[in-house]
Amino acid sequence: MKLEHRRIHIKDMQIGKETKVVDGVLTINEEELIKCLKEDKKIKEVKLDIARPGEKTRIIPVKDVIEPRVKIEGSGNGFPGVSTDIAQLGDGKVNILHGAAIVTVGDIVGFQEGVVDMWGEGAKWTPFSKTYNLVIDIVPVEGLEPHNHEAAVRLAGLRAAEYVGEAGRDVEPDEIKTYELGSLAEEAKKYPELPKVAYVEMLISQGLLHDGYIYGVNSQLILPTLLHPNEELDGAVISGNCVAACDKITTYQHQNNSAILDLYEAHGKTINFLGVILTPELTTLKGKFRTCDYTAKLCKTLGADGVIISEEGYGNPDSDLLMICERLENSGIKTVLITDECSGRDGMGQPLADTKKEAIAVISTGNVSHVVKLPPADKVIGNDRAMETLAGGWEGSLSEDGTLECELNAVIGATSEIGYHNLTVKLY
Amino acid sequence: MKFKVLYYVNQFFGQIGGEDKAGMEPEYKKEIIGPAMGLNGLLGDEGEIIGTLICGDNYFNEHEEDALEYITKVIKEENPDIVVAGPAFNAGRYGMACAGVVNAAVEKLGKKAVTGMYIENPAVDYARGNAIIIETKDSAAGMKEALPKIAAVVKKLAHGEELGTPKEEGYIPQGKRLTVFSEDRGSKRAVDMMLKRLNNEEFETELPMPVFDRVDPADAIKDLSKATIALVTTGGIVPKGNPDRIQSASAQKWGKYDVSKKDTLKGDYITIHGGYDPVYANEFPDRVAPLDILKEFEKEGKIAKVYDYFYTTTGTGTAVGKSVEFGTEIGKELSEAGVDGVILTST
Repeated sequence: MKLEHRRIHIKDMQIGKETKVVDGVLTINEEELIKCLKEDKKIKEVKLDIARPGEKTRIIPVKDVIEPRVKIEGSGNGFPGVSTDIAQLGDGKVNILHGAAIVTVGDIVGFQEGVVDMWGEGAKWTPFSKTYNLVIDIVPVEGLEPHNHEAAVRLAGLRAAEYVGEAGRDVEPDEIKTYELGSLAEEAKKYPELPKVAYVEMLISQGLLHDGYIYGVNSQLILPTLLHPNEELDGAVISGNCVAACDKITTYQHQNNSAILDLYEAHGKTINFLGVILTPELTTLKGKFRTCDYTAKLCKTLGADGVIISEEGYGNPDSDLLMICERLENSGIKTVLITDECSGRDGMGQPLADTKKEAIAVISTGNVSHVVKLPPADKVIGNDRAMETLAGGWEGSLSEDGTLECELNAVIGATSEIGYHNLTVKLY
Repeated sequence: MKFKVLYYVNQFFGQIGGEDKAGMEPEYKKEIIGPAMGLNGLLGDEGEIIGTLICGDNYFNEHEEDALEYITKVIKEENPDIVVAGPAFNAGRYGMACAGVVNAAVEKLGKKAVTGMYIENPAVDYARGNAIIIETKDSAAGMKEALPKIAAVVKKLAHGEELGTPKEEGYIPQGKRLTVFSEDRGSKRAVDMMLKRLNNEEFETELPMPVFDRVDPADAIKDLSKATIALVTTGGIVPKGNPDRIQSASAQKWGKYDVSKKDTLKGDYITIHGGYDPVYANEFPDRVAPLDILKEFEKEGKIAKVYDYFYTTTGTGTAVGKSVEFGTEIGKELSEAGVDGVILTST
């Protein structure tokens, strides 16, 4: 498969009369976008706002982040199986409004969304302080159950990304990234001497608003499955979960999965990148054994010499992460794990909920309970009172002057376990 | 103005005498004695030793409470910026005394404290987390090496500067895992670590595996019909309005509520747990904390009694250290109340 990411560098974002990109400035036709989103009868009201890097703006509570794109060549546009007709993804050309993002906000479950600060101290902790964010605040019709509310917001975010992405259809890109990977046999022939490395991406799949989706299929329902990395880079995987903000993999991070991109970077030079195995994190013991055995089996079948495994969430999925590691290491396959840790606010606690002697190579992407203090914003998009009930907040998190004190738990993408952000933990 | 350091040594380093003087009671001298001399020189113009506390090792270990009473009184009166004790090298009793002094200085008086020990000194475990412990050789021959490290750390602490890593500063890791920014993003570091592994090069994990406590299950209750059973949950079930403001993740406290007059939690209780969809728990909280069934069992005589109070906290993202604290506190109450068994539910 060969996929071109054609990046149009976005340098500013405006609300205007027409949706277009001119000289890197993305303008959005507010009325038209709202009309488009309100086609969904579950949505009562839509409010749009813009947050730019460096502005003293706080966005809270954030549900998902999505990159606006349009497929200009090859099958499938948008998010097939979810917001558009099903299609095979992974081949073709995508025009990307690089530097722009759709950010959905809304108080859905109350605990499980997060904060994005666009400036200063807060900006350091989230990757989405660097994007021009079109914030979509959705008010559902009355009486909508949380599940349907979540689904409506999820779909609205994706549809908004598709709508905005269209603006890039006829724009010449500033930069083209090409991702090409042939069949296993072809690549093995090309690089016979290079070690073969697979990537296992674990997805929270616990039901009750805690699921990822692959081509629209709830990951809770699958056996671990092999994807060509291009499929994920082309929109095959989306976030449908409301777990702690710090380590949920947002749709944007699936579209730009850093582990895939960094493995691609090494492909053909130092490694032979085999592909992505998506593994659901199930809650039952039987489910854990089944998926962990199956994942290890897939890696062995592929002939992997090494496997990078990334987790999503923390707590019980720590067991899945370590069970997969144990199985692979005991089969002679070398692993590197990526996880965050729950070491407590003082950093003195036990970092994981499980332990295995085989896990000798682990990347830590931060302590979810690390406390940060974020100065008051000039402008709050959404509702900063939400912080007191968010995972990572507490009563008194929000001071009267608007200062926010919270754990990284509440900061979108802070401790991304696909290694999207640049945090680590050191022992002091 | 120079910052002030108060120094603690044993009878030997305090130049009182050897083992024959190990029983001496603590005394305070407004002088600079023994290793304090060396440190004072190293502090230069920035700080000064204001006095030396001396106590016999045997006296301290045999009369710790009395010794500490005097020592904390002196520290309080002299009000130094930093307390330095030792270094104790591999001396067990001296090590315990240093640990006792620095712990009291930190915990009781909120002072900053520095000591020095050999890594295998059993007192390391007692002082870790409170004082900065400079790693020393196993005997006093390591004094010359230890003092400059102590001086460097003392200066940084006195000026409120952040310490470097244990390796950089020469102290024994406190076990504190601190989140910091890295040059490369996590995924890049993962690929680099993978390459090192594949090439059989040395690599360093960023997260050494934790060592777990194992708890033996309690003996079975022989006759349930005579047993008082308590209900405890980490499922975040609280009275509506969450009166004790228990956190929805990374709990810092637990709550206890009188359920003696209730047959179910339905209607009055909700969940504030941030790790699962609350809809079904809010609809019927007994799904998470089954008070209804326990009360039925009580009525049927299967159990003698449901304990009057129900205990609750949030499990998700809650540090194990906090959980141990909660478990100890709740366990103590239940045990004192004569509870025979506990139904502990998670989510």
